[in-house]
Amino acid sequence: MGASGTPARSLGLVETQRVVLFTEDNPLVLDSGETLAPVEVAYETYGERTASDDNVVVICHALTGDANAAGHHGDPTHPGWWDTLIGPGKPVDTDRLFVVSSNLLGGCQGTTGPSSINPATGTPYGLQFPLFTVSDLVKVQRALLAHLGITHVLAAVGGSLGGMQVLQWALDYPDEVEHGIVVCATARLSAQNIAFSAVARAAIMNDPDFADGNYYATGKGPDHGLSVARMMAHITYLSEESMRQKFGRRIQDREEPRFDLGVDFQVESYLQHQGKVFLDRFDANSYLYLTRVMDYFDLFADAELVRSQLAKVKTKFLVLSFDTDWRFDTSHSRGIVRTLTAHRVPVTFREISSPHGHDSFLLEVPEYHKTVAAYLDRALEETN
Amino acid sequence: MRADHDVIASLVPVGSRVLDLGCGDGSLLEELIRRGADGLGVEISDDGVLACLQRGVPVLQDDIDKGLDDLEDDSFDIVIMSLTLQAVHHPALVLREMNRVGRKSIISFPNFAHWRLRTQLAASGRMPVSPLLPYTWYETPNIRLCSIKDFEALAHAEGFTVEERILLNEGGAREGAVTQRAANLLAAGAVYLLSR
Repeated sequence: MGASGTPARSLGLVETQRVVLFTEDNPLVLDSGETLAPVEVAYETYGERTASDDNVVVICHALTGDANAAGHHGDPTHPGWWDTLIGPGKPVDTDRLFVVSSNLLGGCQGTTGPSSINPATGTPYGLQFPLFTVSDLVKVQRALLAHLGITHVLAAVGGSLGGMQVLQWALDYPDEVEHGIVVCATARLSAQNIAFSAVARAAIMNDPDFADGNYYATGKGPDHGLSVARMMAHITYLSEESMRQKFGRRIQDREEPRFDLGVDFQVESYLQHQGKVFLDRFDANSYLYLTRVMDYFDLFADAELVRSQLAKVKTKFLVLSFDTDWRFDTSHSRGIVRTLTAHRVPVTFREISSPHGHDSFLLEVPEYHKTVAAYLDRALEETN
Repeated sequence: MRADHDVIASLVPVGSRVLDLGCGDGSLLEELIRRGADGLGVEISDDGVLACLQRGVPVLQDDIDKGLDDLEDDSFDIVIMSLTLQAVHHPALVLREMNRVGRKSIISFPNFAHWRLRTQLAASGRMPVSPLLPYTWYETPNIRLCSIKDFEALAHAEGFTVEERILLNEGGAREGAVTQRAANLLAAGAVYLLSR
């Protein structure tokens, strides 16, 4: 049962749309000073806009997400990545909210990124694609809203890298977002977090088929490296406990171990599968750039700047973490809460109990969903 | 509005930045915010936190017995703890933390030396039960019961100065008939406004 009292349903069939937001005449100016054009963005919208546009919710996706957050593209058994949370009668209730979800800059699922054609060369950018920041991701999110004629957002919602965008948005544009829902995110990666990114990138860049990022023409990408990067990242998304429950030491497809160096344990088989299916939907260069965006993100680095930024912030926050998340554990969320609270920004914080580690934000964890539903309910009430 | 909340609200100047420890369903904070305060609650229970969310009251779900590490020194004008002191494991630690993060503190608690509790224990030989302490001994969350005298000794030891003391009757409302001198015997509870 959703917050609005109607049973939770699926959005059903949804469609991705595309729009060119920046052109040669009006390029995207990145934090680095470099410019980028054209910039095309893939996005989806769900629900109906009110006349006064006071029900707009923006979804910011994490490292490997895409525009298809909810509903499906033809196969109901493969819904969008946040279909648990978004839909009619769900916590982000599309019966009452107008939801905008886009693929982020540098991605590879419809939005301009390293696999897009560089107009200067007529070939894919590869590593010629400029480095960008979380602020740049926000600029593109805003440009999409401007295209849709939206200037004010009831709530921006994101997990992990998505939460980082929500935070950055509030600091960069203090008047635009009324509520920020930041789930298992961080204001800065720890050494351990960066170390995981570094190993993932090394796996990709040391793959002989990487070809300095110009693998698009060869018909053979750094599949080995990218799948290893995904396998390793996937370990960090699960908890020790959830892996124990899910796989234990069970052997794949038989009772007795094979005693060889191939894939024998169920957990190996699972990770291998995850690595493999990832190749079909993700570009290795996008993985390099987006992990790098996260490494360099340090939202509260400059205390003086933060003081002046947070003094202006009108956004109220809901910050959530999960007790078994070790990718961005609760101390990361507490760090966000501490800084926001010290600067008098209204924050509500909960650490939710869930066995599923970092992945919890994508799953149906009842206390988590109840919290988001209650928060958005209240946010909607305040607009009326 | 809960009677003791009314007394507490009367001690909070308009526009104060207020922290409410053990804020429960957030009803006191909601009222203070309505009166122009800037408020934040800390609450441990799931139900309490959800009720705060529904009221639009900002709240951190946390255990105040572990200190207030996420809150900076002097970051609040007033820190409130209403009828919660008797339920914490480490009252001295909590008082110290209140003193650290807030310029002033408001604390209310039931007085275990109230004459009615004394006579109940003396006459029946059993743990007293009262409107402010309504639980039986085996299910009570109230594990650190103290008298007015006890509390003042601890507040003094922690470096607080009593700015104002308002006595409460058994309903939690302002007790007008009792003299301050006989407070420890005749008041069912008290609200203190403390400064450093």
